[in-house]
Amino acid sequence: MTRRLLTVEDLNVSFETRDGENQAVRGVSLHIDQGETLGIVGESGSGKSVTAKSIMGLIAPPGRMKSGRIEFAGTDLAGLEEKDWRRIRGNRIAMVFQDPMTSLNPVKTIGDHLTEVIRRHRGLGKAEARQEAVRLLREVGITEPERRLRQYPHEFSGGMRQRVMIAMALSCQPELLIADEPTTALDVTIQAQILDLLKQLKDQSNLSVVLITHDLGVVAQVCSRVAVMYGGMVMEEGTVEEIFYRPKHPYTQGLLRSVPQRKSGYRERLVPIEGSPPDLIDPPAGCPFRERCPHAMAKCAQLPPRFEIGPGHRAMCWLNDESVKEELAARPEPQGGAANEGR
Amino acid sequence: MKEDNVLVDVRGLKKHFVKGRDIWGRGTEVLKAVDGVSFQIHKGETFGLVGESGSGKSTVGRCLLRLYDYTDGAVLFDGQDMSALGEKKLKPFRRRIQSIFQDPYSSLNPGMNVLELIGEPMNIHGLYPQAEERKEAIASLLQKVGLKREHLYRYPHEFSGGQRQRISIARALSVRPEFVVCDEPISALDVSVQAQVVNMLEDLQQEFGLTYLFIAHDLSMVRHISDRIGVMYHGRLVEVADSDELYENPLHPYTKALLSSIPVPDPHAVVERIEWQPEEGGVPELKEASPGHFVAFE
Repeated sequence: MTRRLLTVEDLNVSFETRDGENQAVRGVSLHIDQGETLGIVGESGSGKSVTAKSIMGLIAPPGRMKSGRIEFAGTDLAGLEEKDWRRIRGNRIAMVFQDPMTSLNPVKTIGDHLTEVIRRHRGLGKAEARQEAVRLLREVGITEPERRLRQYPHEFSGGMRQRVMIAMALSCQPELLIADEPTTALDVTIQAQILDLLKQLKDQSNLSVVLITHDLGVVAQVCSRVAVMYGGMVMEEGTVEEIFYRPKHPYTQGLLRSVPQRKSGYRERLVPIEGSPPDLIDPPAGCPFRERCPHAMAKCAQLPPRFEIGPGHRAMCWLNDESVKEELAARPEPQGGAANEGR
Repeated sequence: MKEDNVLVDVRGLKKHFVKGRDIWGRGTEVLKAVDGVSFQIHKGETFGLVGESGSGKSTVGRCLLRLYDYTDGAVLFDGQDMSALGEKKLKPFRRRIQSIFQDPYSSLNPGMNVLELIGEPMNIHGLYPQAEERKEAIASLLQKVGLKREHLYRYPHEFSGGQRQRISIARALSVRPEFVVCDEPISALDVSVQAQVVNMLEDLQQEFGLTYLFIAHDLSMVRHISDRIGVMYHGRLVEVADSDELYENPLHPYTKALLSSIPVPDPHAVVERIEWQPEEGGVPELKEASPGHFVAFE
């Protein structure tokens, strides 16, 4: 049995805006086990980054964590004081952000960045910290680390800066690494290198990774489990195989269908999800996907529970309810049948 | 390929930017963004241009729009050389060649409503001088891009990214162009919205007989939308071929490396990553390897 590392239960986060309360995250429950990679997929505004920031305790006003429990290796994070947070943030949970261009201080050398973290968190001396920095840079695949330490961020390419960010995140040997769109700003060939690096680091240690992305290809290649978010909620959750081969939520199905298929000859038409995501300032009651869903029915005005489909596979959609299934089967023309066979 | 069908003919295009000058104003440091590129785009087709950041693909697009003066080479549009034309003589071409850019947030003037935004190009080119007639034309354009008549008096901030991109497209089409340069038109949009916009671009192409230059870094979308694709590397084209041919039978090692880096949305797909280190001495000239398939490789 693997050890449960992090549990998020019924998380609610809101932001006060001039137009009203923006309910960015509405009742998210997630967990992550030791050594696994969880992918959180969703469109912009689905609440995926806000969820990650809550885990790191980085929600600042006007944002507010309204309710929910975040338990990390037996400690409840929600009630922590700022000084207790410092023992966890960076040390045991580390984060890598999207934009490697703005995350490094331009007037400090790469060596300053790394040794600052190492000395602060691990209490090493100057010389030891320097040696450790060299080792870390080598580990993330940067050649000539001794020379590179003396250089400034502008002398590094985007991919190299992201490697430095990963090295900084790993410098305290965290148990959990949260990577928020780590490759979005990079070119495909560089993205492939960074993803290989993440996979390799995971294989070498017992690190757990939360990978936030909107790219389904990245999820399929790197993650072991996936949570699909929409309108501030987790719509579906399961292993990559379950999500990619047997999706049970119409939103997941729609996302997978809107990706162009690599087929030759015949140019098929893309199947988009019509409409746009809901406004979270005044979110609609019931299922957030209702307005764009090809299967929407009267029952969708009520928020569906999370239906257990298989071990670890849950979907928040009424289509998985036994009585709804019977009702649809009894109807002569099932309204959703055709859309289910899209692929 | 029929020669008479060529709409855009790019011949040995070069665009160098001078980065540094000495005290006498002579260039000391030159960035060769585009360094000798030749290709042709046929009427009614979509030509995809792919490459990584800094490969010069957007610079090629801007040269075709004559937003830049070229350092060397020529661009023939419908048989006429645009390279040496002055602004006055260029004006008819400015109508026939339109553009759609990546960022729908910064490419629309926030102080203009939809009617003004789409009417502005018509104004410049003197189309639909009657106010009532113009409003009708704009309303029907809005419908074509999937917006409604009641959106006429709204401002850009009231729309989502996908809707703004639809307004940009309506604006580009308002002067009935023949050729549209689409520079990363879907990169800033969410996955589910990208498919909407791509479908719409395809429909409009059918309806108006448009020719597209589609510049993007999302390789799977480029394959979907393009008839032919050119791969750029360091200011040069390294390979040009029909899109299926390019993806199934890539010849240049850089194309192979690029294609092998696409993350496939299938957990069981086995991807063998191919790496490529550029050789010394730059990129050789394009040679025809098989009919219609050009590659710059010995």
